[in-house]
Amino acid sequence: MSRRGRSTSGRLPLVLLLPALLGLAFLLVPLVGLLIKAPWSTLPDRLFSADVWQALRLSLVCATLATALCLLLGVPLAWLLARGGLPGRSLIRAFVTVPLVLPPVVGGVALLLVLGRRGLVGQHLDTWFGVSLPFTTAGVVVAEAFVAMPFLVISVEGALRAADPRYEEAAATLGAGRWLTFRRVTLPSIAPGVVAGTVLCWARALGEFGATITFAGNFPGRTTTMPLAVYLALETDPEVAVVLSLVLLLVSVVVLAALRERWIGGLR
Amino acid sequence: MFRRTAFAALATVAALAVAGCGGDTPAASSPSTSSSALSGTVNVFAAASLTGTFTQLGKDFEAVHPGVKVTFNFGGSSALAQQINSGAPADVFASAAPKNMDDVKDKGTPTNFVKNTLEIAVPKGNPGKITGIKDFADKNKKLAICAAQVPCGAAAAKVFAAVGITAQPDSLEQDVKAALTKVSLGEVDAALVYKTDVLSAKDKVEGIEFPESSKAVNEYPIATLTKAPNPDGAQAFVDYVLSDKGKMVLTAAGFDAP
Repeated sequence: MSRRGRSTSGRLPLVLLLPALLGLAFLLVPLVGLLIKAPWSTLPDRLFSADVWQALRLSLVCATLATALCLLLGVPLAWLLARGGLPGRSLIRAFVTVPLVLPPVVGGVALLLVLGRRGLVGQHLDTWFGVSLPFTTAGVVVAEAFVAMPFLVISVEGALRAADPRYEEAAATLGAGRWLTFRRVTLPSIAPGVVAGTVLCWARALGEFGATITFAGNFPGRTTTMPLAVYLALETDPEVAVVLSLVLLLVSVVVLAALRERWIGGLR
Repeated sequence: MFRRTAFAALATVAALAVAGCGGDTPAASSPSTSSSALSGTVNVFAAASLTGTFTQLGKDFEAVHPGVKVTFNFGGSSALAQQINSGAPADVFASAAPKNMDDVKDKGTPTNFVKNTLEIAVPKGNPGKITGIKDFADKNKKLAICAAQVPCGAAAAKVFAAVGITAQPDSLEQDVKAALTKVSLGEVDAALVYKTDVLSAKDKVEGIEFPESSKAVNEYPIATLTKAPNPDGAQAFVDYVLSDKGKMVLTAAGFDAP
């Protein structure tokens, strides 16, 4: 299958090739613009300022924690959607994808209304446990997880639906329980989908801006992630914003490429 | 109705795109026609603290000049100045501080049209028991102020210096309305915003005045922009803001005369 695909690639129809190249250019040219406009001469000085590293570290930590949270909740949710046989499943699926279409700022407001100090749930968190999520690093993680989780759920659910359920049935006839089947049969068979979803989810969390600044506010070292730092730097010193953007770009490309190589490439 | 709105939006976007590409090319304006026959769209970039009053003024202006549409871009003055310098097709800029107006390169002579004073905004009932500006040094209170880039943040810094305290904010908001939202949702015990913001949200927040606010009074300048796509409309809108009717709307909202 894959061999045949490769042999035909030499004569790709022009109808596809042209828009494909246009699409590639459309995605790449803005990044080239960043590179051209970067203040290369002063780059090292700007790069090694404490603020940059503080924001970058916070971004990486929060995106990773948010992804872990998404994995913990999202994979079971995807399983429920694909295998649970729930009534009104398409409606539930629509709700799962709501954060994808919701403007992130609105997502942030919604989170405030529920998890804020006066929120439906948040007020109890505050009075019973003294926990208040807004303006904390935990709040950043929650905001990023809210926005990024649909990417994971959709990927994993797609993989689950494409996976052959007969293996699970075979495992069941051999006496495996549902949890054992899930762990030893289902999960390995959908691993590429889970990894792809995880990568997407992490990338989305890393770039999250709107929900974060609305729900978690902006304070250096606590909630100022790279996208927030870029936004605020843009208002006073656009060159700093470009430098910050380059750092974020470089880190994400390196991480994404490494993950692809290690996981998705290896599994193909 | 929806279709018309959508079409108008599309037309605006197209106009913006064309104006953006055009760069220095002046938009087609025919000076021969009488000045009373204004047309087209006036793009007004205004400080977030002007959201309520300018929206009102825009509607009034449209009523006086049928055929003219006023569109607004409200935001932190620093962000707006940045957008204008990057070529955003603005006709008028109203900043919450002279500094951000100075940052804009190609503009007419700015006129100060109002003054605004800082005030402490607390949620209804003052749950955080805020008594005055000194509470902003209290680590145990949830506090929001504007980021130093935006005028309200710069004014806040002046106030803190005048009082002699080190502020302990939990969040540095990107514009004054974002700070106000945090108060009206009850997420912070207090935020330092403008007097006019407290007034605009008076069913949700309470204001606490403090004497040191006189140390950081913000003057609001307004100016037409040299590269305005609609120079006649721009001048007319500025004149309208400076007129007695304009002043009435602004002072009713709590702004002081310059």
